[in-house]
Amino acid sequence: MIELHELTKRYGETLAVDGLSFQVPQGVVTGFLGPNGAGKSTTMRMILDLDRPTAGRVTIDGKRYGQLSEPLKYIGALLEAKAVHPGRTAYDHLLWLAQSNRIPRRRVDEVLSLVGLGSVARKRSRGFSLGMSQRLGIASALLGDPEILMFDEPVNGLDPEGILWIRNLMKRLAAEGRTVFVSSHLMSEMALTADHLVVIGKGRLLSDLSMAEFIKQNSRSAVRVRTPHVEQLLTALSGTGLRAEARPDGSYEIEDGDLAHVGDLAAAHGITLHELSPQQASLEEAFMQMTADSVEYHAGDGDGEGRDAAGAWGAAWHPEKEKN
Amino acid sequence: MASFPAVLQSEWTKIRTVRSTIWTLVLTFLVTLGLGALLSLLTNNNFESFRRNDTTPFDATGTSFAGIRLGELAIIVFGVLAIGNEYSTGMIRVSLAAVPQRGTLLAAKSVVLGALSLAVAVVTAFVTFFVGQSLLGVHRTTIDSPHVLRAVLGAALYLTMLCLFAAGVTAMLHNQTLALGVLVPFFFLLSPILSAVPKVKTLAHYFPDYAGSRMLLVYEEANQPYGPWAGFAICLAWTAAALLGGALVLKNRDA
Repeated sequence: MIELHELTKRYGETLAVDGLSFQVPQGVVTGFLGPNGAGKSTTMRMILDLDRPTAGRVTIDGKRYGQLSEPLKYIGALLEAKAVHPGRTAYDHLLWLAQSNRIPRRRVDEVLSLVGLGSVARKRSRGFSLGMSQRLGIASALLGDPEILMFDEPVNGLDPEGILWIRNLMKRLAAEGRTVFVSSHLMSEMALTADHLVVIGKGRLLSDLSMAEFIKQNSRSAVRVRTPHVEQLLTALSGTGLRAEARPDGSYEIEDGDLAHVGDLAAAHGITLHELSPQQASLEEAFMQMTADSVEYHAGDGDGEGRDAAGAWGAAWHPEKEKN
Repeated sequence: MASFPAVLQSEWTKIRTVRSTIWTLVLTFLVTLGLGALLSLLTNNNFESFRRNDTTPFDATGTSFAGIRLGELAIIVFGVLAIGNEYSTGMIRVSLAAVPQRGTLLAAKSVVLGALSLAVAVVTAFVTFFVGQSLLGVHRTTIDSPHVLRAVLGAALYLTMLCLFAAGVTAMLHNQTLALGVLVPFFFLLSPILSAVPKVKTLAHYFPDYAGSRMLLVYEEANQPYGPWAGFAICLAWTAAALLGGALVLKNRDA
């Protein structure tokens, strides 16, 4: 199990990770979610003892990473797909990794065929596409047959087939009882794979919940109505304790309203309705709402709060990413 | 803790599976041998005109090693690439995730690098010596003449130490391009020029290449600052300091 305790990392003036404490539960897929620059990669590098924490600590099965002998047998990680020597073959790359942790040579062939690189094993990785490099990185993570796997943005830049492959792989690994800790900046991706969700923004913990609990707490339903008799409807609603909020397009949204209840109410008061429809806020919106304050660089389209955060999604950029 | 033999084996696999290893080492051998052989041949053919105003004894060993100042650049590049390619590719993070004991990792790297460069350097030194002597004709010396064997082995140690020095400096700079940009001009231009400039040369005489190359001298020079073994010790100290510095930077820095 990975445990973080008040983990903090400061780069000069920037607090990249700020007192982060959580545990990665065993045997499930845990999504590590946050906008770009939230500190996900820095946290993962600290888990592997690549970056030294400014304060706090992180342990794997109760030990610091540096205290693990042959760590590839405990935890396999994919941080950057392209972190291989371009002139070395896929087989040789995995071979030196295996030898360093006394993993038998036959395991190299096993993982190569597991990730579907068997036919290019003897090719230099220079010619590999991003998808192939990603598979090679995953092969190296699986090499020591570890209980814990950690992937940093594994679907970034992959084609749909590659994304589907990674998604299924993570589910399969968790089904085998392994702990999978995977970072992403896409809620939609995590909604499909994760059982547990840790959300961070600006290096701080925003949420640490099971997926089911996250959905329960964050999904919001509302009833949308459109009527020519606004005043009457609002009066009728306030009589039952419901509140309607005006939308820019002239419709009204009734938070936590029940479709049948609102319809009956309108009929009882003889109010004509032009629209009566259910509204479901997506997890994506919930996530954006949650992290809106912690997105560092907003795309300035000035189109209201929610849109603003949404715009920043694609454009968010953080110098920490450039550090690599 | 990581098993040292396992890490050694892993580092050996790393070094033998990239092409730059074979190219730089073959180049070290060919340049040292080729230039030395060429100068030996020219010296033999033009001995009288070359030596007209020379009163010092003729150093047949030194003549056959005339190419070493260029050959050393190739083995320096080998030392830089062996460490530096981990930084340029980002592979250092994969290596450290596999072997988080950073001192162990650098030690294993240095042992593999040192052993391989020593093997190549010994072969280069002996082949260069014997080919050079055979081309020097009647002016040749023999391996059992005074100080000659020491000079030939000294040439091998000299190349090995420069390679490890370069490796240590690269670990300190943790940047392959920067290391090449600092080391190659230093050894190719700066150090030879400075060691000829009055006043500055006193300092330049303690640079690793000048110190190490004292081991190649068969005859003592009238104004030499120190002997071959002191030169060896100074060069060794530079090498050890560079590797130690590299280890300290690697240990204390975020990867």
